[in-house]
Amino acid sequence: MKKYTYTEKKDTRSGFGAGLLEAGKKNPEVVALCADLVGSLKMDAFIKEFPERFFQIGIAEANMIGIAAGLTIGGKVPFTGTFANFSTGRVYDQIRQSVAYSDKNVKICASHAGLTLGEDGATHQILEDIGLMKMLPGMTVINPCDYNQTKAATIAIAEHHGPVYLRFGRPVIPVFTDPDQKFEIGKAWMVNEGTDVTIIATGHMVWKAIEAGEKLAEMGIDAEIINIHTIKPLDEEAVLKSVKKTGCVVTCEEHNKFGGLGESVARLLSTELPSPQEFVAVNDSFGESGTPDQLMTKYGLDSINIIEAAQKVIKRAKK
Amino acid sequence: MKHTINELEDIASQVRRDIVRMVHACQSGHPGGSLGCADFFTALYFEVMNHSTDFTMDGKGEDLFFLSNGHISPVFYSVLARSGYFDISELATFRKLNSRLQGHPTTHEGLPGIRIASGSLGQGMSVAIGAAQAKKLNKDHSTVFVLLGDGELQEGQNWEAIMYAPHNKVDNLIASVDYNGQQIDGPTEKVLSLENLQAKFEAFGWHVINSDGNDMDSIVKALHYAKSLLGKGKPILNLMSTQMGAGVDFMMGSHKWHGVAPNDEQLATALAQLPSTLKDY
Repeated sequence: MKKYTYTEKKDTRSGFGAGLLEAGKKNPEVVALCADLVGSLKMDAFIKEFPERFFQIGIAEANMIGIAAGLTIGGKVPFTGTFANFSTGRVYDQIRQSVAYSDKNVKICASHAGLTLGEDGATHQILEDIGLMKMLPGMTVINPCDYNQTKAATIAIAEHHGPVYLRFGRPVIPVFTDPDQKFEIGKAWMVNEGTDVTIIATGHMVWKAIEAGEKLAEMGIDAEIINIHTIKPLDEEAVLKSVKKTGCVVTCEEHNKFGGLGESVARLLSTELPSPQEFVAVNDSFGESGTPDQLMTKYGLDSINIIEAAQKVIKRAKK
Repeated sequence: MKHTINELEDIASQVRRDIVRMVHACQSGHPGGSLGCADFFTALYFEVMNHSTDFTMDGKGEDLFFLSNGHISPVFYSVLARSGYFDISELATFRKLNSRLQGHPTTHEGLPGIRIASGSLGQGMSVAIGAAQAKKLNKDHSTVFVLLGDGELQEGQNWEAIMYAPHNKVDNLIASVDYNGQQIDGPTEKVLSLENLQAKFEAFGWHVINSDGNDMDSIVKALHYAKSLLGKGKPILNLMSTQMGAGVDFMMGSHKWHGVAPNDEQLATALAQLPSTLKDY
């Protein structure tokens, strides 16, 4: 197992804030909009640098999506910012008609996704957003795994023409990817090569997959770990190549098991390479109040759950 | 003036012929609101707006128009074709398979003149505000127009946008409301009363003007006046009284022709009331 270490922990939303500032410096057409959550989205540095290119919308997310769509018509590259729940479910029809169907170059940037939002509870912990967004034709869906990858992804989507959903989170987590990485939309990252089982993880679950991989190695199980940061378009080649080698797969995501990364992988495998699969995901449930760590444990999203799923899927593959 | 009032009225008559023929041909669509707004669209595209039929999505240096109540697409398509965005023969494809003239307007099929999809109501004002703010950033001094239905104002997103525009001094925006008092299920007063729209918009900080949307002289003057009010810190609202079905006597003043197509006999009756001034498509 390849060794991964970290020296600091940071939140992915801060990676977004840093990436937004850099994207703004690179391209004068980049503008930002926020629905009264500037601090939470870490947009302060961009606003300080480019006050005239920032739009405070107030608590009016539907209007924010519409204004963003309108700004593209003048050649702007708008980044909207609010919590994942208010970025998706609350404004689904606005995104569907004014952004996706209208082919508008809007970047929907969503913080506080999933259970790790923590104490605010289920009203704010959306676990359905990946599904909602990936169903929209033409929408790119990205869920980066740490500060550096989120920063790189933010810069990359500014250079990509088309609507994007960028999903990140609230808590501080290990920073373990390369600070100078080149982020390629739709291209999987091989975290660790292995032969016994493919573990595919996205977002906060990538570090947990690395922890699981280390434990599995101690047990004599050689896990291949792949980071799928771009859920749509899915890097089908990387998934198929790996599962062809290992014969089984575990998918890991901080999302409902319905509609997420796991289902995208299952859809691919069922048509191209039917293979045993286990889902480490929320079991069709809402979340609740608690600390991020408590919630990840209670809802089955810890490294132990990945280890158990790997053992189970390997057994199934051998039958 | 680019055209006399009489010339504009003649164009509007042809637009009305297009509307009833398009809706009749596919036996679906929304003739009532389309007929009611024929004068407004004609005034806008043939007289008031500075625009180019050499279409670019960004529309830099041009006045832009957004249709929020997308179901009145027949009038939009007719005026776009009549002003030269595409050939009038394409009007015959309205609502048919493989057409660029979808039931509700869309950018998705690449029809020149359309900059946003609309149909699901309540979204156009926000889009127009965004386009207006982009113009300000681009130091582009042209104007953004948007049309909303009155019943459409029951959608909450409008009021988010109506609150936003004055606060942010979006004063390069002229919104018009098609104030015909009708919606699918009946008069707006019965379905969900709009109460005093002028007072509501003024309370939100808009400069409100009134016009008769079925009197060409009134609507042209109102839109020119609205332009003269731009750049003074406030968005402009043109509260435009119209009659649903205007120009065709048996369709006028009732919600019943909101979304119903005329039969052969009704088409003939309607066309007899609408002189062909340009050539039929």
